[in-house]
Amino acid sequence: MAHIPDGVLSTPVLLAGAVVSAAGVAFGLRRLDPVRVPRVAVLSAVLFIASLVHLPAGPASVHLLLNGLAGIVLGSAAFPAMLVALLLQAVLFGFGGVVVLGVNTMDMAVPALAAGMVFRLAWTGGDPRRAAVLGAVAGGGAVLLTAVMVGGVLAASGREFATAARVVVLTHLPVMAVEAVFTAAAVALLARVKPEMLTSGAARPA
Amino acid sequence: MSILDTATPRTARSLMARLDPRTRVILALLFALATVAIDEITALAAALGVALTLAVLARLPLGATMRRMLGLEGFMLAVLVLLPVTVPGRPVAELFGLVVSAEGLARAVAIALKANAVAVALLALVGSMEIVALGRALARLGAPERLVHLLLFTVRYIEVLEREYRRLRLAMRARAFRPTTSLHCWRSLGYLFGMLMVRSLERAERIDAAMRCRGFTGRFHALDGDDDGGRGGAPGALDWGVGAATVTVVALAGLI
Repeated sequence: MAHIPDGVLSTPVLLAGAVVSAAGVAFGLRRLDPVRVPRVAVLSAVLFIASLVHLPAGPASVHLLLNGLAGIVLGSAAFPAMLVALLLQAVLFGFGGVVVLGVNTMDMAVPALAAGMVFRLAWTGGDPRRAAVLGAVAGGGAVLLTAVMVGGVLAASGREFATAARVVVLTHLPVMAVEAVFTAAAVALLARVKPEMLTSGAARPA
Repeated sequence: MSILDTATPRTARSLMARLDPRTRVILALLFALATVAIDEITALAAALGVALTLAVLARLPLGATMRRMLGLEGFMLAVLVLLPVTVPGRPVAELFGLVVSAEGLARAVAIALKANAVAVALLALVGSMEIVALGRALARLGAPERLVHLLLFTVRYIEVLEREYRRLRLAMRARAFRPTTSLHCWRSLGYLFGMLMVRSLERAERIDAAMRCRGFTGRFHALDGDDDGGRGGAPGALDWGVGAATVTVVALAGLI
């Protein structure tokens, strides 16, 4: 995941992130049927575990962000699910921070929602190979968008971060490639085994 | 051992553990806000000192805490390393034709101090308690009920599903799977987690059916009730003391 620690971003950026995330979480929670909470929770638990796995990529290894896949399977619940995941990472592992939680949630969840929407518009059932291609686009695209947003909030916090912002986007390119392949495979499997998971988000009954 | 077992039994009797979880959550929030608002390097060093003291009070394992402090993500290291050359100001050195400015160095040090102070304080104050206690504290402090449910369920399932994940990885290893840089590896892990999602969702559907059978309508009653041994959820003397001390420190810091 993309964790910006506390102390980096400027106050206006922190406020903007908090406002966007509060709105997104409130919207996601309102659309979340209380009896579907266990379903959303198991899926975000799987995504949490997957994001801790090291995947080899050349000499280094990468962690996946998995927000594209989260958007596809969780739908509107992606915002609260991302907030929970980031809170757990901060509290248990010391990744990220407290005051930046809003910005970090926004950077992960906005691309997740976008990926989920694009996927559901373009795939309404049928060919699993088509689902795989769309999954690759959604998975890779969400990582790219997150990297651009992380770079963007850095650059918006001060001109001295402009170079770092570009480095952030560049270092996420390998993650994007791995994540596209990973998401394509996971989505293809879901399209074959349980296609209803892809056509309706976990937050509401189909 | 699960990845979630950070609250070890050793910390059960520490001074930190005797504080009400709500006090600890509020304290962590105040500490983070105050630390982010400070810009003076000496004050930030003091904040890191406070955070480390809290870590000692919470009896966090020292080595692991240090490793976490240094374990900033790669891109943040890049941000810190780049600052001295990207912030304009009084030059103090020249490296490979790039001017290192005093202001940039100060900025990088300030960010490193802030990030680590908040991370360590959070681990000490909140990371050392059980997540269930954290969920209950958040609910009592007014966090949305559904969000708290989501947190508690997610934590519970992480533990269960991590075990399932290890079983599946073992099965793959038994079939000579080794993680390498290859499409095959990335795709296989994608299938693994896709399968894990299918299985776990089916498990959730069974749990849902069982819970409805027992009258679950999306509400847990334990969240509102008091099950902390007759203390009635009221903060103890220690909580009031810590609260008063915090207010005094913040007020003094504000005056200076």
